[in-house]
Amino acid sequence: MASEHTAKAFDVDLQELSRLVAEMGGLAERQIVDSVDALVRRDVTLGRQVVALDAEIDKLQHQIEERAVLTIARRQPMAIDLREIVGALRVATDLERIGDLAKNIGKRVGQLDGDFNPLKLIRGLQHMTTLVQSQVKSVLDAYAAHNLPAAMTVWKGDEEVDAICTSLFRELLTYMMEDPRNISFCIHLMFCAKNIERIGDHATNIAETVFYMIEGQQLQSPRPRGEPSNFATVVPGN
Amino acid sequence: MNNLNVSVDLPHASAPPLSMPDAPPKITVRDLNFYYGQSKALKSINLTLGTNRVTAFIGPSGCGKSTLLRIFNRMYDLYPGQRADGQVLLDKTNILDPKLDLNLLRARIGMVFQKPTPFPMTIYENIAFGVRLYEKLSKSEMDERVEKALRGGALWDEVKDKLNASGLSLSGGQQQRLCIARTVAVRPEVILFDEPCSALDPISTAKIEELISELKEDYTIAIVTHNMQQAARVSDQTAFMYLGELVEFDQTSKIFTSPSDRRTQDYITGRFG
Repeated sequence: MASEHTAKAFDVDLQELSRLVAEMGGLAERQIVDSVDALVRRDVTLGRQVVALDAEIDKLQHQIEERAVLTIARRQPMAIDLREIVGALRVATDLERIGDLAKNIGKRVGQLDGDFNPLKLIRGLQHMTTLVQSQVKSVLDAYAAHNLPAAMTVWKGDEEVDAICTSLFRELLTYMMEDPRNISFCIHLMFCAKNIERIGDHATNIAETVFYMIEGQQLQSPRPRGEPSNFATVVPGN
Repeated sequence: MNNLNVSVDLPHASAPPLSMPDAPPKITVRDLNFYYGQSKALKSINLTLGTNRVTAFIGPSGCGKSTLLRIFNRMYDLYPGQRADGQVLLDKTNILDPKLDLNLLRARIGMVFQKPTPFPMTIYENIAFGVRLYEKLSKSEMDERVEKALRGGALWDEVKDKLNASGLSLSGGQQQRLCIARTVAVRPEVILFDEPCSALDPISTAKIEELISELKEDYTIAIVTHNMQQAARVSDQTAFMYLGELVEFDQTSKIFTSPSDRRTQDYITGRFG
């Protein structure tokens, strides 16, 4: 971390900004876990809580934006300070989206009916969630500590999430072909899986922001990606 | 970041180029040292001012940026005990050559100072005075030149009805633009600005900055400023100087977003000392 500013109040402004981002990150992480927990246990109350708590995340995003704009207006930041503030804004946007995706999972909990409960699928989804949640946690730690190698590890680690997501899709498709009564449930689950996968993408966005904050330029090379979740990979049998 | 243990292709910060590739050099400085008596104020400076480019010089007080600017038109010749060695080329002419005609040099390289310094004469004469030193013009030619210079200084509309009023009757911002017009009138190739806006209000400052952007179409410009935002706004290239050394010289966009040198970063982000 760079040394202190001659104007100490500037340091306070920046610290407050990263504190808000950290708080928002903590909330978002919890939302991911709770939403999938609610889904697995079919806990409608927890699902509703997740939906309600999203407003908190949105509120924090507004606070971060206001503070960032105020700091820019007041301090006219340059170089690393400017990137720090732009970084906070970008991370807040990603966290807000993560919150929305978790909220969407929370909403679906109430809509799952029937006793169809394919354990294997649920385990797959849980596994994917654990992975994504640890990606989000690691990248937020990397952001707070300005740790570029750690951020790059997250950036490269999204491939595995993509792979699990693709295999889940395939499996869901087989269940749906097996019995059309499963379709409604499977579609919900498919959206949930896609949401989790998107959360993973936001973690890599944050990693790219960390790169920008530290290196002063955008990350150019394309991110390693898993197989696209291509439905054509499963051809309906005759 | 050298301790990166993942194999992502990171563009590495290389030494900043000392001449910008996108403009032919107007002024080339090579191994320039400058002394005030015994004390060395500039240490082995190397840089190039691109033609029709604005180059900003930033750095804390006493870093040598004004000294460097004053070398470009040999202002230091006025003071005994001050000397420069090395090479400063204006196109192919060596500015440091003792046999150089200083009046001609200063006609080619004009200068605008921190405090507006209008002559105690009419607005018209403020412009015409300098022109007469170098050229013999008829009354109508001179009228034309004065109008053109005042337009060049973005002042014409404000003073066209009172050209015979004293230059000193103008506001500070107008006086500074009169000085710019006076400089432009003798058709220099390079204009040096030494903190041209430090005594002006924000509106006058904006006018001068706007003017600088227009002037670079025709002139090569060097500006010393303590206002970092101003350097970021008006210049194409920025040189950061510290303790008589040129620490970093690069495209302005790079200097103010991701400078290569730690000292540059500390200075522009307000972390110095």
